[in-house]
Amino acid sequence: MTAPAPASGLLAVRVPRTPGDRLRRALTDSATMTRRGLAHWSRQPGALLTMLLFPVLMLVMFAYFLGGGMAVEGGGDYKEYLVPGLLTLTMAFGLETTMVALTQDINRGVLDRFRSMPIAPSAVLVGRSVLDLLASAAGLLVMAATGLAIGWRFHNGPGPALAAFGLLLLLRFALLWAGICLGLMAGKPELVQAVQILIWPVAFLSSAFTSPDTMPGWMGAIAEWNPLSATAGAARELFGNPGWGGGSWATDHHVLLAVAWPLVLLAVFTPPALSHYTRLGH
Amino acid sequence: MSESPPAVEVTGLCKSYGGTAALDGLDLTVRTGTVHALLGPNGAGKTTAVRIMTTLLRPDAGRALVAGHDAVRDPDEVRYRIGLLGQSAALDEELSGRQNLELFGRLYHLGGRGAARRAAELLERFGLAAAGARPVRQYSGGMRRRLDLAASLIMRPQVLFLDEPTTGLDPRARQAVWQAVRALRDAGTTVLLTTQYLEEADRLAGTITVIDHGRAIAEGTPDQLKDRVGIPRLEVVVRDPGRLAEAAALLGTGTGTGTGTVTDPARRLAGAPAADGTPALTRAVAALAEAGIGIEDIALRRPTLDEVFLHLTGPAADSPRKAPA
Ligand SMILES: Nc1ncnc2c1ncn2[C@@H]1O[C@H](COP(=O)(O)OP(=O)(O)O)[C@@H](O)[C@H]1O
Ligand SMILES: [Mg+2]
Repeated sequence: MTAPAPASGLLAVRVPRTPGDRLRRALTDSATMTRRGLAHWSRQPGALLTMLLFPVLMLVMFAYFLGGGMAVEGGGDYKEYLVPGLLTLTMAFGLETTMVALTQDINRGVLDRFRSMPIAPSAVLVGRSVLDLLASAAGLLVMAATGLAIGWRFHNGPGPALAAFGLLLLLRFALLWAGICLGLMAGKPELVQAVQILIWPVAFLSSAFTSPDTMPGWMGAIAEWNPLSATAGAARELFGNPGWGGGSWATDHHVLLAVAWPLVLLAVFTPPALSHYTRLGH
Repeated sequence: MSESPPAVEVTGLCKSYGGTAALDGLDLTVRTGTVHALLGPNGAGKTTAVRIMTTLLRPDAGRALVAGHDAVRDPDEVRYRIGLLGQSAALDEELSGRQNLELFGRLYHLGGRGAARRAAELLERFGLAAAGARPVRQYSGGMRRRLDLAASLIMRPQVLFLDEPTTGLDPRARQAVWQAVRALRDAGTTVLLTTQYLEEADRLAGTITVIDHGRAIAEGTPDQLKDRVGIPRLEVVVRDPGRLAEAAALLGTGTGTGTGTVTDPARRLAGAPAADGTPALTRAVAALAEAGIGIEDIALRRPTLDEVFLHLTGPAADSPRKAPA
């Protein structure tokens, strides 16, 4: 038998051998995955718009319908209190976006194609995180602009304000990996629904809408230590908005906790997320 | 002349899911440049085997060498050389057909322009150029399958895996896939396809491995498999129904391998086993002519692949073989 006609060979095989090659491949492939997400957005601008406008709607509703009845300790404007809280909540709700996108990919089988191709193992997850961070950054901008339009202000200058946005995105990044981990573990839309429901009590048991001081004892304690409260409090402090002091250790160290909590969440969720991903085929 | 190394070499592959063995020591060799069918009923372990060979699944035991590389130890080497058409579509439903192919092309590091060029070529070749801008969500089953196949060919793979490529397709879409597989075979691509359709294996594959309960239970060309199961049978339709019994007796002596029987009086059909095939046919024709029995039709009938399949996988597989009726 003669050698078969070389029907193959469009590409030279370029399996990366050095760490540098591998890193280059990881960056290229992650960028391609991010680009894929951007293409989804341009295919379905409606979905993106909903994602951006839902928090804006919440902001307007809470500011005008609830705002009248809400008192802020120290006597500030409720809008000033609310905006950092809702910015934080938007980051928390991003968990759901990440989970949904990931479970969809798994269940739709396109992940099988990715996994049968010689791409960087991290590309799917890194591409997803970059995309979600981009979405969240856009969301923050839209919300902040709306806030400014309805009377919210930051009082300490652009530096601390940028730091506040940084902390918000850090929280989002940590929750993103929680979403990836849970999405991979669940693999099914049912768990996504459970998370969608469970996120509400977590959101309300925080300082997002009201001060923990006004809650019954044990709830207040939970709310004070809630990672969402840490970020919301830190954002209030950095923006110069009212209502972040409280007298307890947790409320006095908001910024520290707003850095520490996301790191803890990352430490908890990232390793199982990665190992779940690489073990998908076991 | 020396054989080129096999495209796929699988030995002792085992995989269990919670106590049930999906693969139970599968051995399989696919020669380079051939179309090889893995034929088996639902649940036989076909998909599990394909997923292991395409690096999607790790075996519990055994080894899978694909294009000369170990699927577990060097998955990237394997991934550069294979194409996979999975049992269910592995496409991004939200993106257009063109965007899908471009995305996969970029992931193969063809670059933006290279990926676009390859996408255009493949869309054209699979008759999807006009639908290229529409989201895959809107594609019919046949279009989806063709796009999925196009995606698996971006790299011009050395070994192409097709897991039940035509299941669920209407006859026209099935024909289109068959045609594409034949074209690939003619171009020298090694194809391993799984199927539950005997007809599909018979038409496309040069070699068939029958798999059941996670194990290869028979292998050969379609004809060899048919021969394995049953000896061919000689069947005669006589002109004069009055001479049918006589013809049956003559067939028995003419074939020399068994008793002739009247198979179906209504159709004037008589038959007899014919172990040595064509010579038995010649002898029978001569005997019938000598006796002056007019024949309308005479044929050497091999068992169909259906009978092979049932024989090999059916509950009676262990019992002594019965001559095919
Ligand atoms: N992910 C899984 N979890 C549990 N059982 C599975 C899984 N995949 C396959 N099986 C079982 O393994 C056996 C072989 O399945 P499969 O390889 O899909 O067969 P085929 O493709 O030939 O229909 C079946 O009994 C099936 O139920
Ligand atoms: Mg299957």
